[in-house]
Amino acid sequence: MVHATDGGWLAQWAWLIVVVPFLAMAVIVFFGKRMPRKGAEVAVAAMGFVFVYAAVLLILNITQGVIYEHSVQVAQIGSVSIEWGWVVDGLSTMMYFVVGTLSFLVFTYAIGYMKGDVRVTWFFAAFTFFAGSMLVLVSAPNLMQLIVGWEGVGLASYLLIGHYWEEKENSSAGMKAFYTNKIADIGLIIGAIVLGTAVGSFRYSDILDAAASNSSVLVPVAVLAGVLLFIGAMGKSAQFPFHVWLPDAMAGPTPVSSLMHAATMVTAGVYLIARMYPLYAGMASDMRVLIVIIGAITLLIAGLLAIVQDDLKRVLAYSTVSQLGYMVAALGAGGYTAGLFHLWTHAFFKGLLFLTAGSIIHAVHSNNMSDMGGLRKRMPVTFWSFTSASLALVAIIPFAGFFSKDEILATLGHSGYTWAMWIGILGAFITAFYMGRAMFLTFFGTYKGDAHVHESPAVMAVPMAILGVASLVAGWVNIPGVYEGFHHWVAVRAITFPSFASEGFDVPVMLTGLGFAIVGVIVAYVAYFRDADTQFARDRIRIPVLWPLLEHKYYLDDLYLAVLVNPIKGPIARAVNWTNSYIIDGIVNGAGVVARLVARFVYGDLDQKGIDLAVNTAAIVTGSAGEQTRRLQTGKVQQYAAMTVAGAVLLVIAIVIFT
Amino acid sequence: MSLVQFLVLGAFMFSLGVYGLLIRRNAVMVLLAIELMLNAVNLNLIAFEAALRTAFAGGQIFAIFVITVAAAEVGIGLAIVLLIFRNRRSANVDELDVMRW
Amino acid sequence: MMGGWFAEASNWWFLLIAVFIAFSALRVVTATNVVHSALFLVGALAGTAGLFLLLGAQFVAWVLVLVYIGAVIVLFLFGIMITRAPTGPKVEVDHSRRGFAATAAVLTFAVMVYSSVSAFGHTEVTKVGTGTATDLIGTQLMGRFVLPFEAVSFVLLAALVGGVTLARRDTPGEGEEQ
Repeated sequence: MVHATDGGWLAQWAWLIVVVPFLAMAVIVFFGKRMPRKGAEVAVAAMGFVFVYAAVLLILNITQGVIYEHSVQVAQIGSVSIEWGWVVDGLSTMMYFVVGTLSFLVFTYAIGYMKGDVRVTWFFAAFTFFAGSMLVLVSAPNLMQLIVGWEGVGLASYLLIGHYWEEKENSSAGMKAFYTNKIADIGLIIGAIVLGTAVGSFRYSDILDAAASNSSVLVPVAVLAGVLLFIGAMGKSAQFPFHVWLPDAMAGPTPVSSLMHAATMVTAGVYLIARMYPLYAGMASDMRVLIVIIGAITLLIAGLLAIVQDDLKRVLAYSTVSQLGYMVAALGAGGYTAGLFHLWTHAFFKGLLFLTAGSIIHAVHSNNMSDMGGLRKRMPVTFWSFTSASLALVAIIPFAGFFSKDEILATLGHSGYTWAMWIGILGAFITAFYMGRAMFLTFFGTYKGDAHVHESPAVMAVPMAILGVASLVAGWVNIPGVYEGFHHWVAVRAITFPSFASEGFDVPVMLTGLGFAIVGVIVAYVAYFRDADTQFARDRIRIPVLWPLLEHKYYLDDLYLAVLVNPIKGPIARAVNWTNSYIIDGIVNGAGVVARLVARFVYGDLDQKGIDLAVNTAAIVTGSAGEQTRRLQTGKVQQYAAMTVAGAVLLVIAIVIFT
Repeated sequence: MSLVQFLVLGAFMFSLGVYGLLIRRNAVMVLLAIELMLNAVNLNLIAFEAALRTAFAGGQIFAIFVITVAAAEVGIGLAIVLLIFRNRRSANVDELDVMRW
Repeated sequence: MMGGWFAEASNWWFLLIAVFIAFSALRVVTATNVVHSALFLVGALAGTAGLFLLLGAQFVAWVLVLVYIGAVIVLFLFGIMITRAPTGPKVEVDHSRRGFAATAAVLTFAVMVYSSVSAFGHTEVTKVGTGTATDLIGTQLMGRFVLPFEAVSFVLLAALVGGVTLARRDTPGEGEEQ
């Protein structure tokens, strides 16, 4: 059992982590334009707060362990209760820390990167909204709130990818991301509904309780729910075949790519599976092989795609997809700690890689590596940060990625997915190859462009340096056999599962992986280092069939375009338009026509002939009564006298008779 | 003498005055009928005085007042008839119907 | 009762004068000639004065003769003269609808007679004896009834002034520029 406290007032006030970014967003929206830095200072301050609070919570979890959950009912729909709350436990404190640290550093970097941009205030508002939504997602104690946060980060992604929407392809990229995610979200939502209706509640604690105790209500739906939720995770975490949006998402500004599409948003899928792990480890474990397959396929094909890219950010994007494949495969194989550990280290070094890419792009004014080269001397901080992160990514000891990737490979091997392990080792070779290629083409040789290249300002350089150090040390929190802190941290949760221990040092696997990685670097060196000057060395290793296939991304995008997009744009859209114009509009117009007829009837018959007749008759009767009564006023005095006498006489007679 | 005989006579005169008031066309004849009515009233007053024998001769004094007022009224009435005659060249009451609808 | 009624002498006088009055009054309202109508009114008034004497109200009787017959009727005759009322015998002096007026008159008479008889059927009028002393009337006028007396004098003043104002011929251009 896990020993933990309830976190005291720190956990009770943890909702501030979620709320402060939204408050900051409101301040930026209303007052940002008038501020000296256009709202950026508010955003950074908010993220700083989040970072500090998250660090405190992490320390609390490390020292004492904390399990806390609080929900308030927000609405009641039939028998379904919609709740809002927050969770503080091992998994969520780790995520808070990742989000908080990366957000704080990337926001600071963005102050420098977005300087002079046409929409700085809007950018920071959307970015802060993203951070808030991500925190909603990871703090959610129930599936409904998770979906709210999920959609929120999806929206933020769309907005920020399309930040430079003046170019059509940028807004198209945003839409592509949104649509791909939305299709995958079908799985998430249906899965959530399936689980919620089976268990009767959307709360994690109720669902995972039922899962952990093999409850009979979940028996028919557990595997189905597992598959559906995984489909949702595939969308957000860019697994094959939903990975197509991530490379195009590089159209957004680099801070966005760093924070959202490397460190945080894309990890939401991984987080979801980790959160629902009692389900995946127990009742839904039959479908986990599917997860491993998808993860393995993803890591392989994405790695291959990274080799042929000219755009530096796209290399990193495919690298991200590949690494996400590693995380997903690890989780599928039962490696709860392994997958999360790689998420942790990947956030630091991949986030850094994007920041350095942004630094280079900012200096060179081009994304393409064919315009770069020889930047090592001119941008030293960038170069060394890039190197540190690359070594972490390639998984060279003692950098961070080594420990996490090794753990994954060991997990895959030990849980019977040996074929996946070998794919992972091959992937290590590929990773080393494309990162080596990227480094040599960018920083070595001679500079092929004509911009005035200089190092980035301090506001950008300092976060890079910090992350550079992190890329080295982040892995040291879980050294098997020496210090297994991370494993213990993330195991602190209310509902546990058959425990998968942190894998020990599996020396053969470790050495094999390391060896493949080093080989990859050497091959890249051979291929690109020496001839980086004279000729773009891609031509040399251009394998005839494989290269065009890779360049066209396996023709997947074309397939999607032909099968999904064009049918919808063409015939389906036309059919829907016809239905709308003739059937739906016909009904609405028909209602209008009916209303007109009714109105005509009401006006003509009811009102004019009926009611007006009554009213006019009353008026006419009154008028004629007046006309008749008028005749009394003849002006003839004798007539008046006659009437007076008659009246008096009658009155007297009446008195005489009745008294 | 019974009181009733005087009252009946007075009533007779009064009724005749009413009749004349209502049917006469000439304004002066209407005024004459009114004088007849007033006379009937006087007769009633004196008759009651004689029957009741008040210490202060109230009925007679009242009758004096009636006579006086009647005189004033005839004066004004005839002045008005005169004016109407000047304006319209006729004393026919049927033609005095301007104040009507 | 009826037999005893004729026993008194005053009743015979009453009957005589009453017939005279009734005839005169009738002719007042049925005469076609205005001057005849006025003269018959004189008759009715004279008869009334006689009745007053019979009842012992001498002062009132002579006031009636003086004021009413002497001044009012004369005034009437002047008015008749000035308004040139049609004095020929062939003139239509009455309205065509006499029935309503007759009904009203008859009803009036009936009601009044009925009321009088039912209320005062048994009241007797005693002869006044020497009649009411004139000085009694005088002192009452100046004493008890001084207020109405003064008021009536105002009425007479108003009538005087009003009559003069009404009957005055408007001369053009007079009295407007002040």
